[in-house]
Amino acid sequence: MSVTLDMSQTPLREVNATLQAAAKAQSNEPHVIVNARGSHAMAVGLDGPLHVTVKGSTGYYCAGMNKEATVTVEGSAGPGVAENMMSGVVTIEGDASQYAGATGHGGLLNIKGNASSRCGISMKGIDIVVHGNIGHMSAFMAQKGNLVVLGDAGDALGDSLYEARLFVRGSVKSLGADCIEKEMRPEHVEVLKELLERAGADAKPEEFKRYGSARKLYNFNIDHAGEY
Amino acid sequence: MCGIVGLFLKQDALRPRLGELLTDMLITMTDRGPDSAGIAIYGDAESDSVKITVQSQDPDTAFSGLEAALSDEIGVPVTIRVIDTHAVVNVPAASKDAAIAALEARGLRIMGAGAAMEIFKEVGLPKDVAERFDLRSMGGSHGIGHTRMATESAVTTMGAHPFSTADDQCLVHNGSLSNHNQMRRKLAKKGVFTRSENDTEVGAAYISSRMADGASLREALEGTLEDLDGFFTFVTGTKNGFGVVRDPIACKPAVMAETDDYVAFASEYRAFADLPGIENARVWEPEPATVYFWER
Repeated sequence: MSVTLDMSQTPLREVNATLQAAAKAQSNEPHVIVNARGSHAMAVGLDGPLHVTVKGSTGYYCAGMNKEATVTVEGSAGPGVAENMMSGVVTIEGDASQYAGATGHGGLLNIKGNASSRCGISMKGIDIVVHGNIGHMSAFMAQKGNLVVLGDAGDALGDSLYEARLFVRGSVKSLGADCIEKEMRPEHVEVLKELLERAGADAKPEEFKRYGSARKLYNFNIDHAGEY
Repeated sequence: MCGIVGLFLKQDALRPRLGELLTDMLITMTDRGPDSAGIAIYGDAESDSVKITVQSQDPDTAFSGLEAALSDEIGVPVTIRVIDTHAVVNVPAASKDAAIAALEARGLRIMGAGAAMEIFKEVGLPKDVAERFDLRSMGGSHGIGHTRMATESAVTTMGAHPFSTADDQCLVHNGSLSNHNQMRRKLAKKGVFTRSENDTEVGAAYISSRMADGASLREALEGTLEDLDGFFTFVTGTKNGFGVVRDPIACKPAVMAETDDYVAFASEYRAFADLPGIENARVWEPEPATVYFWER
């Protein structure tokens, strides 16, 4: 049995309160949201195992701060999907708009279509798999976690990057400051293989290139003072 | 923040419903811009006449007897359709400049002119603005609309979008331009003048000026990426076309949808929820620094 929440009948706050209570109660009962009509802040702040399916596209900040829950959007997601996610799985069947998975600490964000600009900005441990392309300034100041892109990456990938790992199968339009291509070692192939499997992605780890931090911006360099 | 919507019909069947569809899209964007709203709508073009949309703060006085008085003054018959604070003045194409001069001399504000385009904009909630002008009843081939949350110039009728700076051309904008004063001066040197202090009107005047110099819609929109500084998602309308461009940073949201029947633009997907066939439409986010346009 699943619980259906109809957003043409039920206000957003009530929908979120119902989902949050069900997650907290660890009921793990499937919940389906219909008539989403691109609403903002749907299925946010879930703190416990729960399966949520959104029929249709969502607006800003869907599945933000997710913990343990599995949220699937059967459409496209607006800006800031799965922002500050802690754990669980968020799947977007269509495209995701800007700053998908921003500041995420953990869990898997699986985007079946494209993600636009600033995907994974300031990510702090989340794993993001994008089956299509990503836009400019993705993984800006990314600190930890893995960003996997089956398609191409836009301008300034990984600008001012810390220790996040970026795997791109297609082309990279340009690398950001302090982001460089790195050797793909066996442990990276292992990580990538597991992530591709979890995301149901049809790709081989060997097809990817790895990018990471050159670690030149970690400390202030007096010789570069004139460049600031 | 501001809200933008646009709808360009590819098939004639939906033409009578253009106003209704655009109005629903516009009202959905109220959260993004509750202080003013406006719409430019393109109907049937008449080859030898021009529609001039004017606005007055005191429409009862300003529009009373205007038809006869203006006909006398410019020496050709004109017709006038009054809609709330606006009036659409229909004049023979050859008498357009004389009519605009006469209307401005009477203190009327020119919203725009063209063979096909009419512009309606006012201060107030989008739903109230739409009701005052009965936007729902309007038909046409394409239209663009804007809900404003002012960040730059005053909340006035003249500060509301769309802005029209040439016949049948108009622009709506989400964002803010930082070099608009410099560009306003540059355009003034070329003899291109704006009517308000608003940054978007400068963007509109820039595009019109480029097109007057022979640029295509694509070239003029590409020019905004080079010559205008600031944040922008622009949607522009011409007599037979509809164009979209976002600045290279692209932090102002945009989403598009296309079916066999239409191309739609909105700041958020929510605005598409009631469009016919949206569940099967191709929905995508326009790329930064990339010009999109459709022409019939």
